[in-house]
Amino acid sequence: MSGFSRRAAAALADPVRHENVRRFSERAHDHRSASVERVDFEALRDAGERIRSQSVAEMPALIDEFQANLERAGAIVHRAATGADAAAYVAEVVGRHGREVIKGKSMASEEIGLNERLAADGVDVVETDLGEFIVQVAGERPEHIIIPAIHKSRDDVRRLFEPLAGRPIGDEPADLTDFARAHLRERFLRAPVGITGVNFGVAETGTVVLVENEGNGRMCSGVPRVHIAVMGMERVVPRLADLATLLPLLIRSGTGQKITSYVSMIGGPRRGDEGDGPDELHVVILDNGRARVRETPYASVLRCIRCGACQNACPVYRHVGGTAYGWVYGGPIGAVLSPLLRPGEGLDELPQASSLCAACDDVCPVRIPLHDLLIGLRRDRATASAGAMERLAFRLWSLAWSRPWLYRLSTRAARAVVNTRGLTPVMQLPVIRRWARTRDLVGKR
Amino acid sequence: MTAMIGLFPTCLGDAVHPRVVTDSARVLRAAGVDPAPIPGATCCGQPAWNAGFTREARRVARRTLRAAAGLDAVVVPSGSCAAMMRLHWPQLFAGDRDAALAARVAPRVFELSQYLVEELGAAPIGSPTGRAVAYHDSCHMLRELRLHDPPRVLLRGVAELEELPRSDRCCGFGGAFAVRYPDVSTAMADDKLATARAAGAETVVSADPGCIMHIEGRASRTGAAVRVVHLASVLAEAL
Repeated sequence: MSGFSRRAAAALADPVRHENVRRFSERAHDHRSASVERVDFEALRDAGERIRSQSVAEMPALIDEFQANLERAGAIVHRAATGADAAAYVAEVVGRHGREVIKGKSMASEEIGLNERLAADGVDVVETDLGEFIVQVAGERPEHIIIPAIHKSRDDVRRLFEPLAGRPIGDEPADLTDFARAHLRERFLRAPVGITGVNFGVAETGTVVLVENEGNGRMCSGVPRVHIAVMGMERVVPRLADLATLLPLLIRSGTGQKITSYVSMIGGPRRGDEGDGPDELHVVILDNGRARVRETPYASVLRCIRCGACQNACPVYRHVGGTAYGWVYGGPIGAVLSPLLRPGEGLDELPQASSLCAACDDVCPVRIPLHDLLIGLRRDRATASAGAMERLAFRLWSLAWSRPWLYRLSTRAARAVVNTRGLTPVMQLPVIRRWARTRDLVGKR
Repeated sequence: MTAMIGLFPTCLGDAVHPRVVTDSARVLRAAGVDPAPIPGATCCGQPAWNAGFTREARRVARRTLRAAAGLDAVVVPSGSCAAMMRLHWPQLFAGDRDAALAARVAPRVFELSQYLVEELGAAPIGSPTGRAVAYHDSCHMLRELRLHDPPRVLLRGVAELEELPRSDRCCGFGGAFAVRYPDVSTAMADDKLATARAAGAETVVSADPGCIMHIEGRASRTGAAVRVVHLASVLAEAL
């Protein structure tokens, strides 16, 4: 059984989790659908595609500009070629300032295994995004790019929080949130270092943009003495004005809101005459395979702004969740991005885990042709040694079906099997059995 | 000279649902077209194309492409195969000796309802039966060929059309996907049956034999009280 099959089977075998992922991704999809109807979303998508295509095309120069502007403002920029490099740099900075870290949501930090790296140094990291906090308490991984605890019900959260609180909380969302707020508040005020992700990095101004709803990102970036922002290098955009397009695209696609409660634009560390902000701002620009992907026919995947809309639209994701995809990113974007960023690590199966329904193409705010990219990756795999058996099968098939008489013979034989209503030993053949275990060939009428 | 119209049966039509082909022919004749078989045609090549086996897809599709060379229109009772031929054949044969032929034939390929409604302007076909049906949008027909209205226009002429909630969501067939990941694929079919049940739909109509085979096969196995029928058959029954 393949890795995806195994993880998918485990996900399907947990009815509570299955139902939660289904219900909440569907709800997010509906919020998106309602939200995009209120604006000329297709025009926004066109503009977003243009901006992000330019961002990818000019990435090296834009990163240089972004870095120069940040450094001029007093920030320290570190470019990390690999995840290990990025994690080591962050660990080193943290080590200079203390042993406690508050952290905002960041898929890039998941990608580099940052929490594990810091824990190995004895650093106490607490996730402050409510969903990430729930997932951290559970000792799990985010199931969704923007809804990390999508698989958890109120009762799941209650059972995770009550031992932590040492008292009954109940399963009212307001009570659960109150507990998390009080629990995290102390940490916000105490921790010397805050770590966040980055939604966009504006090259022309050297601005780090954070988009969130809970205020924890602003707390993590503004309260501690040191703020470390970890950014995938593809998040750079050319101009500040581009945000007028990208923010509504991201937010409407992700949550269906007009605007999130907090959009922070960070222009550097605290300057002498300013009352707030960190003394040090570190921006870690993470490559981790991105520059390589940019040189491939799959460069358009780097346009992604991590809104999660393709996950919510995906009929496969809703049954298996994000972790079934075997790495940080789940759903259609994960099926494309993971094998590209982590080649040779058993993830090249992922492009197969799609029915090619193209629902992802229809919602992607920056028009990444996910459907075509999935087929392209399948093509790569077909020519690689991984596809040897399948290649043989398709070769035989093509030799037969390029001959009309063999085609006729085989479809007639198939029809004969169908006419037995499946009551023939043929149904026990390996591939057919995989169909017939849960489905008839035709209706019993 | 009369136009030469070919009816492409598709492999699932030949192997599993021959009635789809005969019903399509009846419906076309009712619309004043005399569809001819396409001697030498086999399959559109989609199974190999979607699996990433371009050479193998080309080998099979070439046979069908050449068989269709002399036709003025090729009518296909499957949105998925029609999308493959209309949209992906030019890509499949790009740089190939049959590239020009593919570019010429592709725009002459039409999905059945597309041909009837958009090309012939033939709706309505058949008379009202009063029967209630719900329509399932197949993925490639909706999101690649962008055919939302034509099957609905035809169905409204012969039946009481109800909208199936989330009619645009994949039924889980996906060709090889259905046997590669049978658990997930089956869960997706169950989703589709659940929406049909919630809507009280007794008849689900699709324009794709693949979807029909999948939804019907699962309905039959689980004893779901739903009929899954091809658009052509609904129309043919109303003639």
